[in-house]
Amino acid sequence: MSKYMVNLKINNVPLAVEEGTTILEAAKTLNFKIPTLCNHPDLTVAGNCRVCVVEVKGARLLSASCATPVSEGMEVFTNSEKVRTSRKHIVELLLSEHNSDCTKCKKNGNCELQSLALEYRVGDHTFLSVLKPKDLLPDLSSPSIVRDNSKCIRCQRCVRTCTELQGVNALCVAYKGDHQTISTFMNKPMNEVVCTNCGQCINRCPTGALTEKNSVDFVWDALYNQNKFVVVQTAPAVRIALGEELGYDPGERVTGKMVAALRKIGFNKVLDTDFTADLTILEEGFELLNRLKSVLVDQDETVKLPMMTSCSPGWIKFIEHIYPEMLGNLSTCKSPQQMFGALAKTYYAEKVNVKAQDMIVVSIMPCTAKKFECDRPEMRDSGFKDVDFVLTTRELALMIKQAGIDFRSLEPEAYDSILGESTGAGVIFGATGGVMEAALRTAYEVVTGREVPFTNLEIKPVRGMEGVKEASIKIKNVKPEFAHLEGVELNVAVAHGLSNARKVMDDVRDGKTNYHFIEVMGCPGGCLGGGGQPIPTSEEIRKKRAEAIYDEDHNMKLRKSHENPEVTALYEEFLGVPNGHKSHDLLHTHYKARIRY
Amino acid sequence: MSTTEVLISELVELHGRTRNSLMPILQGVVQQEKYLSEDAMITVARELNISAADVFGTASFYTFLDTIPRGKNVVRVCKTISCHMKNKEAIIRALEDTLKIKVGETTHDKQFTLLTANCLGWCHKGPVMLVNDEVYPEVTPETAVEILNKYGRSK
Repeated sequence: MSKYMVNLKINNVPLAVEEGTTILEAAKTLNFKIPTLCNHPDLTVAGNCRVCVVEVKGARLLSASCATPVSEGMEVFTNSEKVRTSRKHIVELLLSEHNSDCTKCKKNGNCELQSLALEYRVGDHTFLSVLKPKDLLPDLSSPSIVRDNSKCIRCQRCVRTCTELQGVNALCVAYKGDHQTISTFMNKPMNEVVCTNCGQCINRCPTGALTEKNSVDFVWDALYNQNKFVVVQTAPAVRIALGEELGYDPGERVTGKMVAALRKIGFNKVLDTDFTADLTILEEGFELLNRLKSVLVDQDETVKLPMMTSCSPGWIKFIEHIYPEMLGNLSTCKSPQQMFGALAKTYYAEKVNVKAQDMIVVSIMPCTAKKFECDRPEMRDSGFKDVDFVLTTRELALMIKQAGIDFRSLEPEAYDSILGESTGAGVIFGATGGVMEAALRTAYEVVTGREVPFTNLEIKPVRGMEGVKEASIKIKNVKPEFAHLEGVELNVAVAHGLSNARKVMDDVRDGKTNYHFIEVMGCPGGCLGGGGQPIPTSEEIRKKRAEAIYDEDHNMKLRKSHENPEVTALYEEFLGVPNGHKSHDLLHTHYKARIRY
Repeated sequence: MSTTEVLISELVELHGRTRNSLMPILQGVVQQEKYLSEDAMITVARELNISAADVFGTASFYTFLDTIPRGKNVVRVCKTISCHMKNKEAIIRALEDTLKIKVGETTHDKQFTLLTANCLGWCHKGPVMLVNDEVYPEVTPETAVEILNKYGRSK
């Protein structure tokens, strides 16, 4: 059906746009910039901050351009005297309720309200501050997310993020009028409510009201301590996004420069979470094959299918809260970060001849939930806290700046060995569908002795930004030991963003699906859109990061996890076989039900 | 099942389980229990399969859906302009003196809570006072206190 075209003028420039387009979108096509705060490309329209107001000829009041559709013959002015004065007043009114102590704010320099205040040259106390001192105490209870309501402008992006993208609804708009506030249930601390720590709210907060719990100073302390051997691991999605914090465009890979920067900062060894991503594929792949055998051959009813991936700690906490009855479906594999920690303080410590108690393991993650994960009591299988500190991509960028490193001029360097070798399969863990693709590349080959039947090993049906993706692979001509899988159609599903996960979980719970294996990543786009990634985010940016991840995979010599020579050596020297006794001690875990409401 | 849970399951039976039954269910709970306890809000969230924060957000928006404990009888005095000009302050003072509480508080015996309210729509007959669902127009400090007696004020 062809859409109606609507003719209008913006700042006297005529144009025609599709019916239903907002004034804001129409102005963008002409490159007229209209400032916004509550508007976000990932979220529904709210129209509550009012900074996007424009003048429409003949209208009595100014219109919020984000929430006003165009109409035939409309004449819009985006920069009239009335508009500019109003916008300035709106920003000043927002500031009258805002804790404007910018120099002490973690978002100083990357704050949309601050930028607007600068752009509009706000007056000095045009309006008296009505900030209440009792609101000045931030909620520091969560290991991942700091909530500071004194910085909040009630744009409600966080509430919409938590509801629309994540389906968690930990945050709500409470009370009304001048009492209106963003709140949890009964304004309880963040660590006591149903929050997955995914950090998506942080990525969309235009001010400093939501930020990550910063661990940079702990890491500097560890680095300055001469008695500590500090190793660092970097997650797959960090290398393709870190550049954005350091002046690069989205989608530029900075892997080698990042390794060089980490060495300059002073880490004793720079290692790669991609290594344990490869290891995860072996552990999880064999777990899937074992589960398939238990269900198909032994008809063991205690073994649950579909198996679900367990790499994403936001997703883990989500299922612990919302679907506790399905914890048996989760793979028992720890996430790559925690596998790394457990191995670093056992196998690796012995190799490099360092006592585990003298070793500090730092993770660079695209994720805020990883901060919670490393604090979990289950994550101490080495006898120590397996991963000591987690820094987000943003925090690493801060450290690089603090260290005075000129990132652009760095020569790319390679990861240290061992625990630094990886394959393309490990890299794609950073994108939605990546774990599934990596697992299929290995599992199919283990079962049949042949490569997965996809050109260039690229399993396209599980790639891309669609919320829920499905694929089926017919297993044929298997090796004798997998005779029970001959002719089986392996059905898989991939979901990213927790509201998509919820759809899949409801279908699985209601018996509407025939999946064997489901990959869930808590954040939109997978880890590359994680709560610890550079701000801003949008689908366009996430697509560029995904392209970068698949380019990285494409350029790797090894692209299948089971071909990682360091992983092979690890099994030969230390672990024995996948899902073996030692693996279970160090690399697998269990989950617990949490409050549902 | 607690009495609150029984009440809520009856209300859910009556109004249904969709998101738009939230308001009548909350109103039903407040009618019986005078306020929404944490447990009540969690039970409603479970019944409607929505988050507890969502229930709290809705409840806290409405002045008449209290989320803190209230007495058996909730007394509200209109605080908006017309009633203000008809000396609503004197009514409030008389009630405070009689009940020995301030606005926003509840008596020790949990019989009365004293609150103010925005316009009750009786501007032509101010000052106006509301006890539970009953409206009392054109009250004086004396009649306001007498009305309390009807609700079992112990002298």
